[in-house]
Amino acid sequence: MKHRTFFWFVLPTLSAMILFIALPIVSVFIQSLFVEHEQVLVVSESCGPFGCSPTTTVDTEATEKLREEQPLGRFNGLGTYFDRSHLALADIGEAWSNSGSLGEFWSKVYNLPLYNALTFTLAYTFTVTPLVLVLGLAIAVGVNNLPRALKGLAIFISLLPFLVTPLVGSLILFWMVDGDGVIGATIQKLFNDPALSLKASTPLMWIMLMVYGVWHTLPFSFITFYAGLQTVPEDTMEAAQIDGASKWQSMIHVVVPHLMPLVSFVTLMMIMDNLRVFEPIVSFKAEAHARSLSWIIFNDLRESGNPLYASAGATSLITIIIVVILMMPVLVRTWRDFTRKSH
Amino acid sequence: MATKAQSRMTPLKLFSYGFVALWLIIAAFPFFWTFWGSFKVQADFLSKADWMNALRGTNTIGQTGSAFTGAGYYGAWIEEDFWFNFKNTGIVVFFTVVISLTFGTLGGYALARSGFRYAFWILMAALVFRAMPHITLVSGYLLWFFEWNVWGILPTTIIVLVAINQPFTLWMLHSFFKNIPKDMDESAMVDGCTRFQAFRHVIVPVMWPGVITTGLFSFLLAYNDFTVAVMLLSEENETIIPAINSFMGTTQVEGKVMYAVAAVVSATAPLFILILFFQRQIVSGLTAGAVKG
Repeated sequence: MKHRTFFWFVLPTLSAMILFIALPIVSVFIQSLFVEHEQVLVVSESCGPFGCSPTTTVDTEATEKLREEQPLGRFNGLGTYFDRSHLALADIGEAWSNSGSLGEFWSKVYNLPLYNALTFTLAYTFTVTPLVLVLGLAIAVGVNNLPRALKGLAIFISLLPFLVTPLVGSLILFWMVDGDGVIGATIQKLFNDPALSLKASTPLMWIMLMVYGVWHTLPFSFITFYAGLQTVPEDTMEAAQIDGASKWQSMIHVVVPHLMPLVSFVTLMMIMDNLRVFEPIVSFKAEAHARSLSWIIFNDLRESGNPLYASAGATSLITIIIVVILMMPVLVRTWRDFTRKSH
Repeated sequence: MATKAQSRMTPLKLFSYGFVALWLIIAAFPFFWTFWGSFKVQADFLSKADWMNALRGTNTIGQTGSAFTGAGYYGAWIEEDFWFNFKNTGIVVFFTVVISLTFGTLGGYALARSGFRYAFWILMAALVFRAMPHITLVSGYLLWFFEWNVWGILPTTIIVLVAINQPFTLWMLHSFFKNIPKDMDESAMVDGCTRFQAFRHVIVPVMWPGVITTGLFSFLLAYNDFTVAVMLLSEENETIIPAINSFMGTTQVEGKVMYAVAAVVSATAPLFILILFFQRQIVSGLTAGAVKG
């Protein structure tokens, strides 16, 4: 294809991506270099019967005007990145020198907003992803053995939790596990402990969010592996059987290696989607116990009336860098595949 | 053909059947429960005393005289104007899908037919863009949309959703067009067609299965989106998903949880119908990128 024709064909999609994905990243970076204006203060003398004293008032009009003129705020350089709600290098250094044990140091770091969110996001991603891979493969093998008529039904039912809107799906689960809901109330009765509730316990909340994550994404890995199972070569399976391999052995030594490319594909998709975990935290009202990177950006932008663009920008950029680092192995491999093919 | 040895029941097989059955129950039960419960009153749906109440509808009978009530649906659709949010969602989803597919087909076709290095770089960039959490992008738009006075209206949300949708659409259609033999459009060009004419008369007639599959996923992205809509739409333009979220804020206080339950069931119904009719396309779309690897 000629360069010129190529250009006209990709122009719409490319301009959409540049304008609304690439430029916003630049904008996020620029925003993160500025901070909100301080309020304009006016000092005036107020005199009463007992003499005069200086009082400080906020000049709302001037503050508004300043905000209007320079919506970005005032320049702050990389200051936002290193403040307490982001990388907080100073606080970490202090915690390191003042803590007696590693546990104490960790609990101090965990109290810093960004590290708190990072811990949950990574814990969520790296718990849900392996669980989904293993359980998805197990279900795929099980469904593959089912009679033909049942396969379609099993896939239909499995698609429901995957395609349901994340916010809605997590609400449905939340109503069931909440203290008044069918599962929540039953658990309270079983343990005879009316205080046993999601809202009161951080570990329970984490577990429930991860259960939701597995429930929601399991169908994707199941269906991908199920499609992969249809392509396992019959001959190899038969050969393994003739050589005396048991069902389990041929599973481990024939089927799993055959599915390996799919495993890396599913892992990539899972990591991408799990890193942006956000909706279940809103639905579960989990912010007191679990916050994700997406959630703290959302929270900054929601700051009533006066969004913290700088803070949201800095967190966004840090998030993007983390995403790119985690994706590096895949990007490098795709690059190698491409150069190998073109030679 | 299955041999006797293959169809024999082994403990391993029994275990795997049991496991599948357990998964299917876990997958389906929450939907059944919520659907059933949406026709009850709150005291039954969230019954601390006895979960059998939700099945029997003890309090529902006490309060309304019958075991089923449509009060939640009436409250959500009529009193809280949920139909209005549905209309907004309809507009957003329709335009997002149509524009995404138009841009995506042109771009995906070009990328599939071009062997130049920059085509590869565009795909790599799209892969990275696909991985970025949507909220990081939203924090880049917000300030400018306020400045330019385009915040809160449907067209802004549509164009943003189209852009966020492009990386995925591009990858999917790119791998789809790769499977259409090059000879088809190239022979048309030998016969004197321009590239665009070849695309229009040779490729367009055969591309619909791939476009429909991709369209289903564009639909899901636009329909399921919460992050973009909640940040970029004003209250009078809200789509259903943010509307359900704001329901949760206001109704919890007023004891109108059942409105939210009814809204949730209403929002799931279109997806249910979608799976019913397009199961095969959805499955093939999910595995398209993967199996070709």
